[in-house]
Amino acid sequence: MTPDAGPNGTAAERKVLTLKQHVVEIVSDSGEGAQKAGQAFGTISAKMGNGIWTVEIIPAEIQPPPRSPAGASGIRVRIGSKPVTNMGDEVDLIVAFNEQALLGRLDLARFKPGATILLENKWRDHADPEIATAYGTTYARLVEEGYSVIEVPMEEICFRYVNNPQLGKNMFVLGMLCAVYNRNVDFARDTIRYIFRKKSQKVVDSNISLLNAGYEWALEHIDLSFDIPPMKDIGRQIVVNGNQAIALGVMASGMDVCAMYPITPATSASHYLSEIFENVGGVLHQAEDEIAAAAFAVGASYAGKCAVTITSGPGMSLKTEVLGLASMAEIPLVVVNVQRGGPSTGLPTKTEQGDLLQALFGTHGDAPKVVMAPATIEDCFYSVITARRIAEAFRMPVYVLSDANLATGQAPFPRPEFHAEWVAPPIDQRPVEKDTKPYDWDQKTGLSPRLVPGQPGGMYAVTGLAHTDSAKVAYTPDANQEGSRLRSLKLAALQRTLKSPTLYGDEEGDLLIVGWGSTKGAIEEAIDRVREDGGSVSALHLTFLQPLAPGIGEILKRFKRVMCVEINYSDSLEDELITEENRRYSNLSWLLRARYLVDVQNWTNVHGQPIGPGKIEEMIRENLAVLQPA
Amino acid sequence: MFGLHDTATVDTGGDYYSLQDYQSAVPRWCPGCGDNTILSSVQKLCRDEQLPPEKTVFVSGIGCSSRFPHYMGTYGFHSLHGRALPIAQGVKIRRPDLKVFVNTGDGDCCSIGTAHWIHAIRYNFDMVVMVHDNEVYGMTKMQTSPTTPKGIKTNTTPKGAFLDPLNILQATLGISNVSFVANVVEWIPEVMYQVLQEAYHHKGFSFVRIVQRCPHFLPSIFDPLLQDPNKLLLLTDERGLKPSDDLRKIYKNERPHDPSDLDAARRIADEIDPMPIGVLYRNEDVPVYDEIRRATRVVTHDVRRQALDREFDRFAVDLA
Repeated sequence: MTPDAGPNGTAAERKVLTLKQHVVEIVSDSGEGAQKAGQAFGTISAKMGNGIWTVEIIPAEIQPPPRSPAGASGIRVRIGSKPVTNMGDEVDLIVAFNEQALLGRLDLARFKPGATILLENKWRDHADPEIATAYGTTYARLVEEGYSVIEVPMEEICFRYVNNPQLGKNMFVLGMLCAVYNRNVDFARDTIRYIFRKKSQKVVDSNISLLNAGYEWALEHIDLSFDIPPMKDIGRQIVVNGNQAIALGVMASGMDVCAMYPITPATSASHYLSEIFENVGGVLHQAEDEIAAAAFAVGASYAGKCAVTITSGPGMSLKTEVLGLASMAEIPLVVVNVQRGGPSTGLPTKTEQGDLLQALFGTHGDAPKVVMAPATIEDCFYSVITARRIAEAFRMPVYVLSDANLATGQAPFPRPEFHAEWVAPPIDQRPVEKDTKPYDWDQKTGLSPRLVPGQPGGMYAVTGLAHTDSAKVAYTPDANQEGSRLRSLKLAALQRTLKSPTLYGDEEGDLLIVGWGSTKGAIEEAIDRVREDGGSVSALHLTFLQPLAPGIGEILKRFKRVMCVEINYSDSLEDELITEENRRYSNLSWLLRARYLVDVQNWTNVHGQPIGPGKIEEMIRENLAVLQPA
Repeated sequence: MFGLHDTATVDTGGDYYSLQDYQSAVPRWCPGCGDNTILSSVQKLCRDEQLPPEKTVFVSGIGCSSRFPHYMGTYGFHSLHGRALPIAQGVKIRRPDLKVFVNTGDGDCCSIGTAHWIHAIRYNFDMVVMVHDNEVYGMTKMQTSPTTPKGIKTNTTPKGAFLDPLNILQATLGISNVSFVANVVEWIPEVMYQVLQEAYHHKGFSFVRIVQRCPHFLPSIFDPLLQDPNKLLLLTDERGLKPSDDLRKIYKNERPHDPSDLDAARRIADEIDPMPIGVLYRNEDVPVYDEIRRATRVVTHDVRRQALDREFDRFAVDLA
């Protein structure tokens, strides 16, 4: 049997299980290419019409010690016969390059009872007796715990094709997975050609031979085969991660300056943007620090089109003074915060939604700004386009709160069609009447047209000082009151234009789950599962956090209990000292309680991991049991 | 009257900008503050160079110096403490048509803004930067600044400043890509004007340190320089300071200096007494960041659509 036979080649002789979805993980030491293999596996699956969601497993260090549980690097790929909106729960099949990386995942990600483990076996007879023993012990434990462990001589076989199997094993693994999941091997070969497009033909050929070897080995030695039927008529789709989607959004929005400073997990957006931005006349400027990046963007916005700065939590903290200036001086600006675990250096590579209140209130004084949060990879693309438009129209900073989960997560979405109205118009350089006010505020909305340097007659000095409508320093008490009022009114004006959010599930009931950002897919999947069993639960997902859309307060009141699900810290009443009086709520819970005077509970953690639907489902069922005792 | 029609005008051949066009509000600096003379020189420079006010932007940070844009009839940006340089760079990056000037102080530029100052030298954007160096924090009421001489009593160093001052000329000349460094005192307008004019015509990051009197907090600190012309050393060159005969009668301490000689410039920057005045260094060949990074194409909607489509193709997973 040769791999050229393609999918289903020898399926007749093997057990074929047809599944709705499966969760696959590949883990290795850092630098062994597990992520590349997983991404390729996801892309191939998406090409075949499956829903996919990928999540990268990233250790904190660039080169953590090899063979260490904490150093496990890799990727999770969830495949479904329907669109997949989150990382799922337990792992069904895991490929491990060493048993220690596997242990790292065993502790963190739950494995399904009896899950299949494909394990590199070169450690079994390792010269170092400690390593050999560690491998033997782990192997025995896994078998005893009921996992189906298949030992694979990955490196041994790869040596037949390459001198350094560490750099080729990943494609062998891809080949195995293609056999086990009946993937189209032609797609796999295309993908390899694409991955190594900048390398020599020799590199492409050797990787394809490794793919073939993995495929053949699996057909011969693994009698399992999973079939996840694809969807039909999904149309044209693209597969990118959230950070790439943000970069594409910047490109599509017509912004032409992005200033940044390297910070995990935001930087990859800028890597990609630096590759493509000049094609549309853009400049990606790596500034000397986070403050300079924000200031550079503000300067560019002031003299031209709205600019963007991309960062993560610590960078947001540093930029805060500049963002206050943008709010005060009414300079449009898009600020992308790819959130990570905080505070301080926190969990640099892990996900969290802990920066919402910082976004809303982080500046000293009252500094109105718009805050929105993409919930999907697709949202990452469109939110930047919308943010640019709002920033220009309302002359204020617009924050886009993504997170580490979206940043590296991949999911297909319909291929966008460019629209001219996405793009900022050319800057206005027409002369204006002498003494035209730079803040000619509309008294009802606070809106005013922006003067841009180059416009004859419009000369004025922007200032971060409290100022009048002529940008003159405010020396009277009324002037500051007036400026503050008009800047604040812009949020009210924007709020009046927002649509009421739609509920997922019934319009009223026992329990309402409220979320924002990347948790949407997991929340809705949990809701589906509980509703299938007749549970009275709905979900509300907020795209705009400031201003909050109309009608939310009324929705909250239609449920017996309202529960925020978020990835940030909140106190637990189980702690002895915590009472209703001193309890600290989750970010969104604080906000909704303050805004709507509704008792909003919260269910949160800061494990640094995306929350899977299973955990949310459990929590919902527990709450419903209390709300509707049997 | 006198035979002329009431509405008769003189055609100057297009717009002519007068000093008034560069004046805005009445300055609120203290009487005798050196910032006033800097402002006059700069307004004269703008007039003489006929800079269109709408194409000229003065960016500043925070401090006495940074009130500057409010008094100019051009566009201006009075920004944040220490951040004038990155804001000015942002202004320039996609607007090469704008003439950008930065007014900053010894605290603004060389203390809270130090990172930006150092990197701005290296980026080498085309702009003129004036550091109003009065050797003290004025707006916050007399605290020690990085350039305050050792021993000077301030509100944060009542027993006298502990450290030797930062030599900002030397520091500037030590950074890779340095392209224009000058030193002037604001109380000799002829010198200040000439050097600012050279700075304006230099393509690149033109750094001019302006020694500036603060009559309110350090009224006598520059008295030795003011009272004894020999305390100043005029650095003369065709591409730098060209003092008039009148000036030469007073300031007799003069030395020809080739501003393209970086080693010589660094040695001169070390000299404190007499204080070197003029252009220390000048190099037109340093690449200018706003030129390196300038947009190379006009982007129509079609260009943008095609660029996006190329990326979408790259990530396409169309069903085969």
